[in-house]
Amino acid sequence: MERQRLVVIGNGMAGARTVEEILTRAPDLFDITMFGEEPHGNYNRIALSHVLAGEEDFDSIFLNSLAWYAANGITLHAGVRAKRIDRFAKVVYADDGSETRYDKLIIATGSRSFIPDIPGIRDRYSELRSGVFGFRTIEDTRAMLEHARGGERRAVVIGGGLLGLEAAHGLHKQGTEVTVLQRSATIMNQQLDAAGGEVLAGILQNMGIRVITNARTVAVDYVPRVGIQAVQVEGQDPIPCDMVVVTAGIRPETSVALISGFTVARAIVVDDLMRTVDDDDVYAVGECVQHRGEVYGLVAPLWEQGAVLAANITGTDPSARYSGTKTTTKLKVAGIDLASMGVRTPEREGDEQMVFSEPKRGVYKSVIVRENKVIGATMLGDASRVPFLTRAFDQGLDLPETRAELLFDLGTTPEQSVADLPDDAQICNCNGVTKGTIVGAVHDGCTSLGAVMDATRAGKGCGSCKEQVCAILAWAAGDAVTVDASANWYVPGVPMGKPELMAAIREQNLRSVSSVFAALAPDGQPDARSKMGLASLLKMMWGPDYVDERDARFINDRVHANIQKDGTFSVVPQLKGGVTSPEQLRRIADVAEKYDVPMVKLTGGQRIDLLGIRKEDLPKVWADLDMPSGYAYGKSFRTVKTCVGQEFCRFGTGDSTSLGIDMETRFQGLESPAKIKLAVSGCPRNCAESLVKDVGVVAVEGGRWELWIGGAAGAHIRKGDLFVTVDSREEAILLAGRFIQYYRENAKWLERTYTFVPRLGLEELQAILVADRDGVCAGLDERLQESVDNYADPWLDRDAPATPGQFRTALPLVALPLVPVRGGDA
Amino acid sequence: MSDAIEIDVCALGDLAIEEGRTYVVADEQLALFRMRDDTVHALGAVCPHRGGPIADGQCDEAVVWCPLHAFGYDLATGACVNGDFRLPRFDARVEDGRVVVTVPE
Repeated sequence: MERQRLVVIGNGMAGARTVEEILTRAPDLFDITMFGEEPHGNYNRIALSHVLAGEEDFDSIFLNSLAWYAANGITLHAGVRAKRIDRFAKVVYADDGSETRYDKLIIATGSRSFIPDIPGIRDRYSELRSGVFGFRTIEDTRAMLEHARGGERRAVVIGGGLLGLEAAHGLHKQGTEVTVLQRSATIMNQQLDAAGGEVLAGILQNMGIRVITNARTVAVDYVPRVGIQAVQVEGQDPIPCDMVVVTAGIRPETSVALISGFTVARAIVVDDLMRTVDDDDVYAVGECVQHRGEVYGLVAPLWEQGAVLAANITGTDPSARYSGTKTTTKLKVAGIDLASMGVRTPEREGDEQMVFSEPKRGVYKSVIVRENKVIGATMLGDASRVPFLTRAFDQGLDLPETRAELLFDLGTTPEQSVADLPDDAQICNCNGVTKGTIVGAVHDGCTSLGAVMDATRAGKGCGSCKEQVCAILAWAAGDAVTVDASANWYVPGVPMGKPELMAAIREQNLRSVSSVFAALAPDGQPDARSKMGLASLLKMMWGPDYVDERDARFINDRVHANIQKDGTFSVVPQLKGGVTSPEQLRRIADVAEKYDVPMVKLTGGQRIDLLGIRKEDLPKVWADLDMPSGYAYGKSFRTVKTCVGQEFCRFGTGDSTSLGIDMETRFQGLESPAKIKLAVSGCPRNCAESLVKDVGVVAVEGGRWELWIGGAAGAHIRKGDLFVTVDSREEAILLAGRFIQYYRENAKWLERTYTFVPRLGLEELQAILVADRDGVCAGLDERLQESVDNYADPWLDRDAPATPGQFRTALPLVALPLVPVRGGDA
Repeated sequence: MSDAIEIDVCALGDLAIEEGRTYVVADEQLALFRMRDDTVHALGAVCPHRGGPIADGQCDEAVVWCPLHAFGYDLATGACVNGDFRLPRFDARVEDGRVVVTVPE
């Protein structure tokens, strides 16, 4: 089949991009001829700002080299201007005298700089004077650079829009002293409201760029053979300078369309297929077109327009339609983050505007909302919410009720950013699971959180990424997300919530883990992953009447030490309240030497950790230490961190160490749904970090104590809630214990207090535990007391192992081949 | 298997119910697990993931979970239930109160 002739007038970003789109769809459909006024291939005009600033060089910004045209069989007339189109003869006449026939024609003539008629700016031939520049082309940029480097050191930029500020920044980077004149009261007034413009002007001034607003330029002073002298501004002293850059806007380049009889309003009018309204064989694209009344001066719309045009002109997708682009702009000035989209200010009654302004730090944020959708936003100096806002703006997403989340990353809405993450973004940092892996699991049929976690191991480390895993699941599965029935079960192997389970255990008098499985699990099936949670629960419920089956314990609880990566264990003796003595330290040192302990370390809970102990040495180590267990291994009460307190500290207002020691004595060894860490601080300086503990106590002036609950500072950070302030240490111990017992009885397995407290609500907990609304306090206190009375130091196991293999190594016993010992002559 | 040998490893009473214990038998490191019905399973003792001690894991009638990173292994086959690993598995039986395991020679 004979190829059709396609002629493209314009070899800028729109023309070349559209040709690329056509070639990918129908590489052999057309013989293509292109006219470009500029004498080279297509380059990235947007990057000229970076070239001017010295951040890129000219060579690096070319998008299509001359070789590309040759390789694709395109005839390029570079440096040739198309003058006129004969629509009836289907011929393009160019200024080199050529006549080119076409079957299809694309007009992509772009824009040109608008140079206002300021006296002195042009010579008598209406050419720009030497030293006056537009900022549109490679030639403009090259000339400016040469001029600036040629010893000229003062520039005035007329026009403080996006392009003007980029020009000012570029020249400033070249060492030029720059003044920006903006005719209106606000710089970048296309994108910024007045307040935002002021913050941006402040940033520029701090960078050393002078900005004058409300500045009407009335003349450019020029001395023949010397050059530009100054710019005259109405009502001000003349501004001396050696060069002038005019960035007063761009105008669509429509002259060839106009004289050829096409409909031109503000630009060449096209329909939704990107065809001119006058001729079905003539299309137009880019900054030279007007579509549904809009003329765009940005790059994003021309990508979309080019794709639609190509789909139609090639016939590959005749249903493709262009419906306009929601534009977002970014200022390309190094060191300034500025993104803007949609409208600048509220336009209708009922439009909401959220504004945050911090001029000193150069931060300004404004979001305009209409009917719960973002219709405009400006983010200056902080780009953290830009990806989310861009999506919300483009896709018309419903917005969070807390509008502050539009302006700030409050960490509460991770689901709104997951779509922006690349596939190789690591979501679970413990198990190294990427977004792509999670999405893959969803596509393979996992529709619940549990299924995704089981399939990928995401969220199975510290668990802090679970929310994000959930968000990715929701994003990838959409409506197909299912809720795990097991989400509310206390443990996976017994289909019951905790209250139900406890009632059944009590009713059926189930005292061992195996009896719970037999009575309550489906088909009586035991489940290894449920054993630990059930053991903890039964021990808490039955105390000394619990039937302790050793297999129900996790290895740490079997040997009362924390298993390490190499199968050895860590031993942490109890140091109540973090207080020790020379005698204890001596014993610890002796043990460390005797057993060749590879590492001795201070823990975050103010204790001493002996790491790398072999399992078979544990009983001997405990015996030599002759100190009680510090419980550094269990889902249990762990430790009470204290500060020095009033005994020594000159600021101390309460005896924090002795209260800490008393609390540890009382709560030691209590098993619980997850670990519990305490702290007591002797004054509000809070040196023991009480506000980020499961239970934190702070002494305040007047002999009073504050109790804070639900704090955390590990995988999850949460400041605790002030639970109650009491008058005595006895009350502090009582209420701390009551909260701990309530948590033991009501929290889900592995649910830390930082989840438990907000789940139930502080006020609810205060009503139950302080005001005794439900009359349960006496019972809680009593049951806690029973547990306390039943405490026995587990390290006394050393005298009689619970099972024959309790302290036998399960380490891989690497059987090395025996190498004969060599004699002295070797 | 002709090149396999049976080895008397230990007394059944040396194993606690549903707890593991490691033995080295003919250069093989075995983790033995005694079930509630007094049958015994024998798997490799070293988790192929990061070298965790399998015998220190918790088990039920079907699966043992490595204590380090919670990879689970099918007691009957050695196949990992939540990862791309496999543990060697050996025939084990109880005879006159002794645990006898078949290992390659």
